[in-house]
Amino acid sequence: MKAFLILEDGHVFTGTSIGSKREVISEIVFNTSMAGYLEVMSDPTYLGQAVCMTYPLIGNYGICYEDQESRNTWVDGVIVRELSRIPSNFRSVDTIQHFLMKHDIPGIAGIDTRALTRILREKGTMNGMITVDENYDLDTIIPRLKAYKKEDAVETVSRREKELVKGNGPKVALMDFGVRNSLVAALTDRGCQVTVYPAHTSAETILKDAPDGILLSNGPGDPKANPSVIEEVKKLYEAEIPVMGVGLGHQLMALAAGGDTYKMKCGHRGSNYPVKGLETGMTYISSQGHGYAVDASVLEEKNIAKVSYTNVNDGTNEGLEYIGKKIFTVQFQPAAEEGVQYTSSLYNKFVEMMGGNK
Amino acid sequence: MPKMKDIKKVLVIGSGPIIIGQAAEFDYAGTQACRALKEEGIEVVLLNSNPATIMTDKDMADRVYIEPLTVEVVEQLIIKEKPDSVLPTLGGQAGLNLAMELAESGFLKEHNVRLIGTTPDTIKRAEDRQAFKDTMEKINEPIAASKVVTTVEDGVAFTNTIGYPVVLRPAYTLGGSGGGIAYNEPELIEILENGLRLSRVGEVLVERCISGWKEIEYEVIRDSAGNCITVCNMENVDPVGVHTGDSIVVAPTQTLGAKECNMLRTSALNIITEIGITGGCNVQFALHPESFEYCVIEVNPRLSRSSALASKATGYPIAKVASKIALGYTLDEIPNAVTGNTFASFEPTIDYCVVKVPRLPFDKFITAKRTLTTQMKATGEVMSICTNFEGALMKAIRSLEQHVDCLQSYDFSHLTEEELLEELKVVDDRRIWKIAEAIRKGIPQETIYDITKIDRWFIDKIAVIVEMENALQTEELTGELLLEAKRMEFPDNVIARMTGKTEDEIKAMREECGIKAAYKLVDTCAGEFQAATPYYYSVYGDKETENEAIATPDKKKVLVLGSGPIRIGQGIEFDFCSVHCTWAFAKEGYETIIINNNPETVSTDFDIADKLYFEPLTPEDVENVVNIEKPDGAVVQFGGQTAIKLTEALIKMGVKILGTSAEDVDAAEDRELFDGILEQCQIPRPKGDTVFTAEEAKEVANRLGYPVLVRPSYVLGGQGMRIAVSDEDVEEYIGIINQIAQDHPILVDKYLVGKEIEVDAVCDGEEILIPGIMEHIERAGVHSGDSISVYPVQTISENAKATIAEYTRRLAKALHVVGMINIQFIVCGEEVYVIEVNPRSSRTVPYISKVTGIPIVPLATKVILGYKLKDLGYKAGLQEEAKHIAIKMPVFSFEKIRGADISLGPEMKSTGECLGIAETFNEALYKAFIGAGIRLPKHKNMIITVRDEDKEDIIPIARRFEAQGYRIYATLGTAKVLKENGIKVIRTNKLEQPAPNLMDLILGHKIDVVIDTPPQGVEHQKDGFLIRRNAIETGVNVLTSLDTAEALVTSLENTDLNNLTLVDIATIDKR
Repeated sequence: MKAFLILEDGHVFTGTSIGSKREVISEIVFNTSMAGYLEVMSDPTYLGQAVCMTYPLIGNYGICYEDQESRNTWVDGVIVRELSRIPSNFRSVDTIQHFLMKHDIPGIAGIDTRALTRILREKGTMNGMITVDENYDLDTIIPRLKAYKKEDAVETVSRREKELVKGNGPKVALMDFGVRNSLVAALTDRGCQVTVYPAHTSAETILKDAPDGILLSNGPGDPKANPSVIEEVKKLYEAEIPVMGVGLGHQLMALAAGGDTYKMKCGHRGSNYPVKGLETGMTYISSQGHGYAVDASVLEEKNIAKVSYTNVNDGTNEGLEYIGKKIFTVQFQPAAEEGVQYTSSLYNKFVEMMGGNK
Repeated sequence: MPKMKDIKKVLVIGSGPIIIGQAAEFDYAGTQACRALKEEGIEVVLLNSNPATIMTDKDMADRVYIEPLTVEVVEQLIIKEKPDSVLPTLGGQAGLNLAMELAESGFLKEHNVRLIGTTPDTIKRAEDRQAFKDTMEKINEPIAASKVVTTVEDGVAFTNTIGYPVVLRPAYTLGGSGGGIAYNEPELIEILENGLRLSRVGEVLVERCISGWKEIEYEVIRDSAGNCITVCNMENVDPVGVHTGDSIVVAPTQTLGAKECNMLRTSALNIITEIGITGGCNVQFALHPESFEYCVIEVNPRLSRSSALASKATGYPIAKVASKIALGYTLDEIPNAVTGNTFASFEPTIDYCVVKVPRLPFDKFITAKRTLTTQMKATGEVMSICTNFEGALMKAIRSLEQHVDCLQSYDFSHLTEEELLEELKVVDDRRIWKIAEAIRKGIPQETIYDITKIDRWFIDKIAVIVEMENALQTEELTGELLLEAKRMEFPDNVIARMTGKTEDEIKAMREECGIKAAYKLVDTCAGEFQAATPYYYSVYGDKETENEAIATPDKKKVLVLGSGPIRIGQGIEFDFCSVHCTWAFAKEGYETIIINNNPETVSTDFDIADKLYFEPLTPEDVENVVNIEKPDGAVVQFGGQTAIKLTEALIKMGVKILGTSAEDVDAAEDRELFDGILEQCQIPRPKGDTVFTAEEAKEVANRLGYPVLVRPSYVLGGQGMRIAVSDEDVEEYIGIINQIAQDHPILVDKYLVGKEIEVDAVCDGEEILIPGIMEHIERAGVHSGDSISVYPVQTISENAKATIAEYTRRLAKALHVVGMINIQFIVCGEEVYVIEVNPRSSRTVPYISKVTGIPIVPLATKVILGYKLKDLGYKAGLQEEAKHIAIKMPVFSFEKIRGADISLGPEMKSTGECLGIAETFNEALYKAFIGAGIRLPKHKNMIITVRDEDKEDIIPIARRFEAQGYRIYATLGTAKVLKENGIKVIRTNKLEQPAPNLMDLILGHKIDVVIDTPPQGVEHQKDGFLIRRNAIETGVNVLTSLDTAEALVTSLENTDLNNLTLVDIATIDKR
């Protein structure tokens, strides 16, 4: 069956429908990772977005559920050049075709994904619609696309209930703004006892539980769309307690401390971004998935925080160290691998701040 | 860290002659490195024995030495030039080994020279088997159970503890020389004996066999600050067991999930961090197909064939970045030259699929075993890029120029299912065609997987192609079907064949349906950033497929056709010519556009031409580029036969052929036309005729009288050319030639014995310029590419030289040559005959350019553009001879190709060449032999066994070897002759006679050289073949021509390795 991808600027791509036949309006973004499509589909950061994979052959190694980054899938749609007709990998238990159906994710295949990527690169991220309706009417659709805005992103992906993952090490209060499983695992792998709190838990509640440290997780959407969360983060900033922030957590802390954030032209989504650590002078390759960035100038001017990491390519802020505080935050996903050439040392640093593993 | 200030003068060591396992990729790496160093204002001293390379150009380095790659030479060179540093990691294994020897001996330290890029310790940790094993164990990286052995007994004992089969890898050899898989004790002993001998340090690694696992490669790069990135990962379609150089390789990996990729990436980065690489590095893994278990197979602490492939596959210039790292820069300081706005620390990501297919030489060595093992056999490779695997594979296949254009090109349909199942077990160069046939026959994919262990995903992709073939053959060709077939890169001619239509009909239908090729950019970043370098590949699509290639307005454009994969007969020389032609056009203000498909070459580097199209060199693929670029003209005379063959198609497309016209090219190839021209010019040639059938050929041969030369027209490297002495020979040869349908007649010529002379000349339509005349040491009958070539000529008279110059002038004028012409003559006394004329650039052009100082290709290019020689400051005619003697020596890779007959004849067999240049003939000859790896004397024992015709001529040669202290062994007939002439000789038994016979002598490892001249004709002496093969495989030098033998003894009589004069090519005056 034919499917169409209609962009806010009037571009229409014709392809083949994959997954659900459901019509969807969404923000259209691209991801440049060559592997890891399941991780992308199940990463809460991608809520409200239809993702175009720039690598053209998707589904080659099938689906392995244990690789999911959360309990569910969050992408609004999937845009690919070609879906593999058979999966081939010893761990694969499902095909991507079936997976998309099962999760009711609509998608489109067979389009010139590079042309789409180039449009997004030049014009910036925009909204679009995936539909199987051949009689689409641009005049009515485009105003709808322009008006579309994802609301309550963090609300949607965050847990409803507090959750405890036991450990013998430091007690971490993890604020779930849309946390990835791999982030939780990085802490539990280091022996931490992790309590995951719904996004809207008050600072008082968290502090009352007397954690050794707080982790502000990654998550979707515009950081400024979370004023009430930011208020709570302000209180955490004031509390004398170690805080690590990742992704959205990095942005929320920046806002709470009086900094600013802005929407990037087309964001950073992929697994090949070089970030330079200003302390070590080393450059690390990082995975990223964000459409907003922190403007650290005010924080620096006021000596509230200093920049700890920057993106080698475009110079955008990738990390902050708060002066006089036990608070550090990064924009990218710290690596899971151990070694001097990886950013996984950030987790170790956090554990150290909390008094380490006794 | 910024550049290290104390690096001012760097010695770069190249890789020497092209041999299997060490090919053009090192010219590419070395050239990029030299340019990167010069960019930093560093004085570059270059050493490489290979004159065909671009790196040995005076434009590339400040001082250029084309000298043998030996420790003695490097030492003398360091003393002479006093570089402060040596960059050893760009010249392949040869360069690395040399640098290691110098470091270990303390010479470098003594002369205050340091190795930059990677330290000796690092190299040792990666290359030395035991040190590598210890390092891997230290960081918990798994390797297959293994042990380094130095004796056969140790090897057998260890294998008994881990069980058969085992893989054997000699230390410090390239392309897996001497390695293999042993399934039982006799095999183990055989391979081990050989491997121990070939290893520089007499060590062989005996290792648990992991064949059948997935073979995965990581190209990684690390700077001195410890920053490291992955440039590319690659998956071999062929599982472990086939050398990666002989495997079909795809980038990026296709069947690995993010977890596996991360696991191997982490391992690769941990390894280079622990080893301490500063520069590029290749890590090979074996990954169990049903688990996360993996083993590190090998780490190459240098640039390699794989890194060249990774560079071209991603657009990331590894050699350039590695060179900057060697100077002290860190990755985040080095700009990414492809995008122009990111940095080298940005890991490339790609949005297409790359397939590399090896170019195997079994069309040259028809007697050789086609099986693929851990010993590399490919002479070259092709790469293709597409947005799907099927398309990339189809493109790569037709790029091979081996008469294959789809998965039906090798026919296995006559096999029964049982036979086919047996065939599938044989791993050879036709395996994907066998799999395709198995799928056609309905053999389950699972069965195919069980036999081949090729991942199911790849097998399914072959099935997709087979289903398309089937649809084309059975269904009505709709626009939709055609689009799908084109998306998978079925060429028009194949679709025409399968649908029973004509190619023009298919093309018309394509146009009607709006199906056309669009071009996409290779940009290292999957479109995320704007890229500055126009490096394109094509995809077929409909109107929605965006085309990114746009012709530059208001600029004169020239299309330069490359020469495709490196193969015997068409090597790196043609890349040299293509690149120089491109540069010359650029200097004249043209926009240059290159089409080529060889990932190893300089011509496909991102900044050689203004635009690079990485595409097959077929009429359809070229036409698509022409449609977009609409070039003002195309040059075909520099890209070897590959480019020449496209001439007709280009004219049809309306592209102007620059330089010599197509009609005149034809006139040189067409027998009748050419005979007419010779007659008109009053130039004699050996008598001959054209034929199509064996009957006609025999008639002609008998009319001319045997021996005759039989060969197809329009070939390079004498492919299919043979000397026939009887009707039986003629029948056999014509049969072989006609196995492939011939569009052109076969030539039968009288075979003349004389001196073979070769000339390259530039003609502006009026005047000619002959840089020099070259003479072959071997008499006519040995292919010119396999002959030792001497400049200036030594043995022919002034009179004959004048005749040669005059004939060259007449022929160039008669053929209206504008640009290059290459002519081969035979000189018998004062008589000069023409045997071949090629109105194009030839194999000898780089060599003769360098040794005469005359920039032939730039001159020819200017002439093509309308300049006159006299305006360019050159006087017409034969140029004054240079003061030094320059000898080009062919280099062979016979030891790599099991079963190949090594005897020299009219069909070319050498893979590369090296140069000996000196003030005296003898020293030049000596250097040439040394450069080719013939380092004598060692044991001073030799074997002579010659055919009857040569018995007379061998006497003086034998006598001279005897005078050099050689002990001569000979078989009955030869021994008798030698003894009668007072030469001390030990008679030895022939093969069928009881031991000790010839074979025992050879296998005893005490023989320096075997002189064995095989009888001409089909009557291949089985003994001779066995002797030659065994000698080659045990590393004994074998000479099959008395002329070569004489040259060798001459060189031995006269020279001292420690007192060579080193000639800086860059100081040879432009005249």
